[in-house]
Amino acid sequence: MVRSSLAVLVIDENRIRAAIIEAGLRDAGHEQVTVIHDVTGIARRIAEIEPDVIVIDLENPNRDMLENMFQLSRAVKRPIAMFVDRSDQASIEAAVDAGVSAYVVDGLRQERVKPILDMAVSRFNAFSRMARELEEVRGELENRKVIDRAKGILMKSRGLSEEAAYTLLRKTAMNQNRKISDIAQSLVTAAGLLGPAEDE
Amino acid sequence: MGAEHQITAGFMPLFDSAVLVAAGELGFAAREGIDLTLHRETSWANIRDRIAIGHFDLAHMLGPMPLACNLGLTPLASETIVPFSLGLGGNCVTISNAVWAGMAAHGAEPDLDPARAGAALRALIRERAVAGHDPLRFAVVHPHSGHNYELRYWLAACGIDPSSEIEIVIVPPPFMADALAASRIDGYCVGEPWNSAAVAAGTGHIITVKALLWRNSPEKVIGVRKAWAEQKPEALAALLRALHHSARWCQDPGNHGELADVMAQPGFLGLPPAVQIPILTGHLQLGGGAERSIDDFFLPFDKAANFPWKSHALWFYTQMVRWGHVAHTPENFAIARNCYRPDLYRSALKPLGVAFPGANAKVEGALRVATAVGATGAGLVLGPDGFFDGQIFDPDEIDAYIARQKSGSAEG
Repeated sequence: MVRSSLAVLVIDENRIRAAIIEAGLRDAGHEQVTVIHDVTGIARRIAEIEPDVIVIDLENPNRDMLENMFQLSRAVKRPIAMFVDRSDQASIEAAVDAGVSAYVVDGLRQERVKPILDMAVSRFNAFSRMARELEEVRGELENRKVIDRAKGILMKSRGLSEEAAYTLLRKTAMNQNRKISDIAQSLVTAAGLLGPAEDE
Repeated sequence: MGAEHQITAGFMPLFDSAVLVAAGELGFAAREGIDLTLHRETSWANIRDRIAIGHFDLAHMLGPMPLACNLGLTPLASETIVPFSLGLGGNCVTISNAVWAGMAAHGAEPDLDPARAGAALRALIRERAVAGHDPLRFAVVHPHSGHNYELRYWLAACGIDPSSEIEIVIVPPPFMADALAASRIDGYCVGEPWNSAAVAAGTGHIITVKALLWRNSPEKVIGVRKAWAEQKPEALAALLRALHHSARWCQDPGNHGELADVMAQPGFLGLPPAVQIPILTGHLQLGGGAERSIDDFFLPFDKAANFPWKSHALWFYTQMVRWGHVAHTPENFAIARNCYRPDLYRSALKPLGVAFPGANAKVEGALRVATAVGATGAGLVLGPDGFFDGQIFDPDEIDAYIARQKSGSAEG
């Protein structure tokens, strides 16, 4: 297959994200995929790999260094490199929005690279969605902990059952048009201020 | 009520973005009816790409970068113009302790004198070559940067061929001090606070500064996507007025504490205010306990610091030609001459009654002392603007200047 003969180099300091992109490229039939996390000594690696396409994440501050190296390095036989294709505004924008930046080594036709870029973009998006969800789950866990502590304070200080304590929190939240976790946090904070005995 | 103009701008976390940052943070933009959204970026390549595809209307840029875009030297570019300069001066050359020891053995003094430091460095380089050591490796932030061109200019003027006698690599500013400490590089040219950072860590010495290589020389600018500027001339004019007020505020020593606090915020530089004091006062620790105050070390407003001189752009162009980045042709010369736009600066600031220089270009290096110049409006003081080697750059004699540099030590 013609497409699978492309050598693709992925430069990403984020190992999980790099693994996701690599898996996507392999699924799409690209067998020559190399992943580099650290740009130290990268000139030699590029000479070995001779990539046709380089995918790098926009958050990598070494982009300027890499770009210059591709232009100057005699190790890279075909000098740089374009950011996808000048004419393809839409895919460039999609790439930038996703945080990916693709360099295409000179002489390679755009239609062979666009699928790689599209794949990288969707993988970047999937990764950031995953990271966001993880953050949300973590936030929920934190909220639950705070609510449990607030319930405990109410049970102890007002002699309520667990269910009654929760009902009180919920009612207060509804009355004040706030989240239960916010009410719980205020209660925990207040208890902490009023005395260490309440906050054991 | 929404603002009259929505403007999105990119910047790099460097102190010389201060005029743009302060315009957004301290209300100068809002007062001109602008809702200014600032995006911090991680590389100059990102700035260039996001301008080119329309994510940013304008950005904090390296002075030669818009020229590089317009001359077709960058992978992704749109036509970029410069209607405002963000300041003069600001960079230093810093070297490792080992190189400093070698230079000191050849007569270097901790006085920042570019000629003396250059002579000592040349002697060290020749000594190393005879002994068969690898060439010294210096870093700059970008190929098309004032840093690269002023470092090369300095070395060449001191009889060192920067193309063959040393190696020049690219390193992002925040990594410079670490790379030096780890011996991956032997020296670098970068803006503050990344020089003082190496001195504070005890791993580097500042050996000269931009203000002594070429006094009142250009550094960062506001690069604007030309299509946007033509589409939204009123928004651009309003922004230039906001930047003017911001720059004047930044220059005032009475505001330096507040400015350092703003820049210290995590969304901007994210470094303690104390780290930013050397660039504001021009008083530097050089390493090994030596210190020195430099006049006009960094100017965000004074000495017509915001005027986009065509002679500044053309000097960058001569250096691009000198180091083989671009061929000197009538077409390229015209592109370089049309990149900086003093006409836009003048028309935007005219209602404010500020002082303008009489011309759009000047002979660089001609002013030995600060000089009041023929200007419309209130008085305007320029210069001194001398190159350390006494050379003059007359933009009307550009062919001769390029030819003279080619016949010197520039050939590599």
